[in-house]
Amino acid sequence: MKNKAPYILLTPGLILLIVFMLLPLVTIIWPTFYDGKLTFGSYLSFFQNQYNVSVFWRTLSISLIVTMICILLGVPTAYYIARTSKKWRGLLMAMTLFPLLTNSVIRSFAWINILGTKGVINDLLMNVGVISEPIKMLYTDFAIIVGSVYLFLPLMIITLVGVIENIDLEMMEAAETLGANRFIAFLKVILPLSVPGIIVGSVLVFSGTLSAYTTPQLLGGNQKMMLSTFLYQNAMTLGNWQSAGVIAVIMIVTTIIVMKLFNMVAAKLDKRGGEHA
Amino acid sequence: MRKHRGLSIIAMLVFAFLFIPLFIIVVTSFGENPTIQFPIQGFTFDWYVNVFETNSLIESFYLSIQISLLATILALLVGIPAAYALARYSVKGRNIMKSFFLSPAMIPGVVIGYALFQFIVIQLQLPIFQGLLLGHFLISLPYIIRVVGSSLDQLDFSIEEVAWTLGSTRLRAFVRVVLPNIQAGIFASFMLAFINSFNNIPVSQFLSGPGVTALPTSLMNYIEYNYDPTVSALSVLLMVGTVVLMFIIEKTLGLAKIS
Repeated sequence: MKNKAPYILLTPGLILLIVFMLLPLVTIIWPTFYDGKLTFGSYLSFFQNQYNVSVFWRTLSISLIVTMICILLGVPTAYYIARTSKKWRGLLMAMTLFPLLTNSVIRSFAWINILGTKGVINDLLMNVGVISEPIKMLYTDFAIIVGSVYLFLPLMIITLVGVIENIDLEMMEAAETLGANRFIAFLKVILPLSVPGIIVGSVLVFSGTLSAYTTPQLLGGNQKMMLSTFLYQNAMTLGNWQSAGVIAVIMIVTTIIVMKLFNMVAAKLDKRGGEHA
Repeated sequence: MRKHRGLSIIAMLVFAFLFIPLFIIVVTSFGENPTIQFPIQGFTFDWYVNVFETNSLIESFYLSIQISLLATILALLVGIPAAYALARYSVKGRNIMKSFFLSPAMIPGVVIGYALFQFIVIQLQLPIFQGLLLGHFLISLPYIIRVVGSSLDQLDFSIEEVAWTLGSTRLRAFVRVVLPNIQAGIFASFMLAFINSFNNIPVSQFLSGPGVTALPTSLMNYIEYNYDPTVSALSVLLMVGTVVLMFIIEKTLGLAKIS
């Protein structure tokens, strides 16, 4: 009797997940592999189309660029927060958390105001007389990148603060005492020890950017599609359910591959660190 | 400890980058001009009044509150027993089971939204409300499993066994001994799941129909056709809501619990 208890407790959740997640997923994925017989035809023809491939590459490259920018800005900021006195650290963490809890429509809308043809930047530059015609910034790759960094940088910072807080401060001081200047000490001591946090943060930022819908929709529009907006367009505007299913599978597979890759990098770095130690 | 000056400058710039765009929204919500401009001319509260007079926005607000509350409660009802079973018993295939319960968080939101749209709306022909609720239940469940699960992992189950030995029934021991000890985890997971569900776009975007549109979807539709400060005003109201929620969390749990 005893052994039945856990299964009874797990059953409601399992049933709901199987019926309302697994089954719906199979419903959209199965037709992309089967039309009378098993086939990869849908995928081959998807990747034979130049436009589809361009959307795929845009999604990958933007996700990669956004991840790198978030690392570059996130590491120093997280280090700064982790080393702030306890009293101020709470406030800085709250300030980092606030954008994260704010709706992504609001956060993307903020950049429409700034990057639009009548936006803050164009207004300013025209008034000063640097330009006479507004620069097109909205509905470009640039806008999606800025908006995505804006969306995910707080996530990177919060992930990193947790890791950096646990690094022994004395190691940094030891490095300085031994003659390293502070920048070198940071590069050689703090950075390598933050790698696990950077990896976790990068997975979150990369997969987040890859699957975000709001930002590419509002800042990239129909002119600069990402996989997520392309899926929506195919499913809801064009009614092309076959393509939508193919894009869904590509998004899932890409996410899994990227996570595996990041984990492999992490394992490799871990091993190298171990050899040095 | 002394800090590198370059480091401080980068951190300042990052915080400026995070807050200037939001600050601009706040300012533009008070402008008199019918299109958004910055800096503003004049000063008015008209756009705030307009938010409350725009029915589509107000109705979606109530719908979103309703959906997020129901979905989060459903996720708690299903998730707490599951998290308990996974933490308490050495179930066969425990890790696979746990990954399965966490998997809605790994699948892109648009994919979940589209799959539910196909299954619930097109194939089963159920009302959109049900689909929306189920979608939000799916995205909430991983938060419950993760946060309540980690509270349970830290719990010493021998206190539950003491209750059994003293003659308490399993259910009574769970309610009177286990639940009070994981209260903080339950509240934290509720807050996280609720906020995440309330803010969700990708799932809601596919599951919207006449009279059933979540607030972020309504807001997005509004932005596509209008460029007036009503959006700014609503954004400010929602940000105030976020601050209030953060304040409540800080006073009860400490924000560190959810970050």
